[in-house]
Amino acid sequence: MNAHAGQLEKVATVVIYVFLIGLAVSCVLPLIHVLAISLSSASAADAGMVTFWPIDFTFQSYQYVIGKQQFLDSMFISVKRIVLGVTLSMLLTLLAAYPLSKEKNSFRFRTLYVWVFVFTILFHGGLIPWYMTIRSVGMLDSIWALVIPGAVPVFNVVLLLNFFRNLPREIEEAAFVDGANHWVILFKLFLPLSAPALATLTLFSIVGHWNAWFDGLILMNNPTNYPLTSYLQTVVIGRELSQLSPQDAILMSSISDKTSKSAQIFAACLPVLLIYPFLQRYFIKGIVLGSVKG
Amino acid sequence: MRYRNWARELPLHVMIIPALFILILFAYVPMTGVVIAFQKFYPALGISGSKWVGWDNFEFMFKLPNTIQVLWNTVIIAVMKIIVGIVLPLIVSILLNEVNHKLTRSGIQTLIYLPHFLSWVVLAGILIDILSMKGIVNQFLQFAFGVDPIFFLGDNNWFRFVVVVSDAWKEFGFSTIVYLAAIVGIDPALYESAKADGANRWKQTWHVTIPGMMPIIVLLTTLSMGNILNAGFDQIFNLYSPVVYETGDIIDTLVYRTGLVEMSFGVSTAVGLLKSVVSLILISLSYWCAYRFANYRIF
Repeated sequence: MNAHAGQLEKVATVVIYVFLIGLAVSCVLPLIHVLAISLSSASAADAGMVTFWPIDFTFQSYQYVIGKQQFLDSMFISVKRIVLGVTLSMLLTLLAAYPLSKEKNSFRFRTLYVWVFVFTILFHGGLIPWYMTIRSVGMLDSIWALVIPGAVPVFNVVLLLNFFRNLPREIEEAAFVDGANHWVILFKLFLPLSAPALATLTLFSIVGHWNAWFDGLILMNNPTNYPLTSYLQTVVIGRELSQLSPQDAILMSSISDKTSKSAQIFAACLPVLLIYPFLQRYFIKGIVLGSVKG
Repeated sequence: MRYRNWARELPLHVMIIPALFILILFAYVPMTGVVIAFQKFYPALGISGSKWVGWDNFEFMFKLPNTIQVLWNTVIIAVMKIIVGIVLPLIVSILLNEVNHKLTRSGIQTLIYLPHFLSWVVLAGILIDILSMKGIVNQFLQFAFGVDPIFFLGDNNWFRFVVVVSDAWKEFGFSTIVYLAAIVGIDPALYESAKADGANRWKQTWHVTIPGMMPIIVLLTTLSMGNILNAGFDQIFNLYSPVVYETGDIIDTLVYRTGLVEMSFGVSTAVGLLKSVVSLILISLSYWCAYRFANYRIF
């Protein structure tokens, strides 16, 4: 009886391992498939022969992508957007989270402010009023439209303020006794103490800006102002073919639509894959902090 | 005393002003813009110059033949996603807890968290390719089971299924994090005493692990109530096409098309307002329940 039960547990263990490893592999197989297509010859890709390993290995599709001006331009816009957007939103998040983390008796308006912030999570004006607002402040077709309207991620503010509230109160009191003011306490004490939380939020913010596509698509009238993911959306998903220049047409004869699309998809994933190891180190901590200590 | 309070609090007000300004301009001003729902709105005339039409836009909305279908699609897709999105990560995290080999475990975790960080544009680009008639999925099905090719993204029998499964695939790994944290929080003494009473692994899971995770399951279920009208714009917009509007068109995509493609600003805002108001009620209710029954507070 006991031996039988032990055997059953062993079988169960094997089944669990196989199931989970299969599931885990399924999470990257699609990416590997895209990578394999992007490195294959046009004819092999079009014939549907490529699965998870390139056939007739070639870098041609990547050469095509790298030589494509619009791809490079939109990538530059994405980088610009990340630098401006992440800096601004992290600064505003930090500045807003500090006062909101105070107790009611040391900051009498705290409750009112918190509600003003949180209500924006609960209710939205909707797409058209939002679009019209940005239009009326003259931001359409400007990089600032991708940076400023979303510069206060309220959810991140709440995460950070919860983090601040869990720092030992004594540190702050001791600093006050020593004559420090709020600015010193925020930038000299809270900032270094919350480095892991800030790192998490920064990395999330970078990925968020890199992946954002809808705002670029509707707020930029001129496609030359698209950030990379918006550009990719029009190339890969958008049903109409973008206009080809004569040189493009010649190049296209040796590079199929399929391989070049795959190369662009993979190139767009690459930055995320590159920062992913750093991201993974922090995000578990960050999320658990935010969700459990709420 | 009063003066000292102000002097001490002044920097706190100064710190909050920039964020407050941006929220007022880009969250509160658009909220006042919902009056567009009651107007025949022309951008050139602005809100003050456009004609007031009362409830006309709402009446028009409900006269459209597909509005009810769109509401229905939204709720069905969202509810299926919520259920799968709670149950699948729960199962995976319990199984993952049984994996004692450290390297295997962290390897699995690394891979399953990844899709969460990829944009729906990228994933939709991949899905459109692998789910096409000649795509790798159909090749496999034909090879393994001899099934005729299925047009997954162009078939109303399949579209919702693809949407729910691909969303589950993207998010299940990331969602396990919260569950795994709950498992870590379970008192090891409970397992010891269960073992002493002769409980095998299955019984330990059933009588210790799952009850220990109950609070977080209840909390996540309650909070998910606020998402009943969120079927996932980013995903559906990038996967759907007119042939699958019947089963795949949702409120958010309808708002986009009527507003920014057909330029019927009033009707689009009316549909959006309807969603916002219902969502406000649902989210408030879910937070209130979570506060009342799970002692959860967001701040």
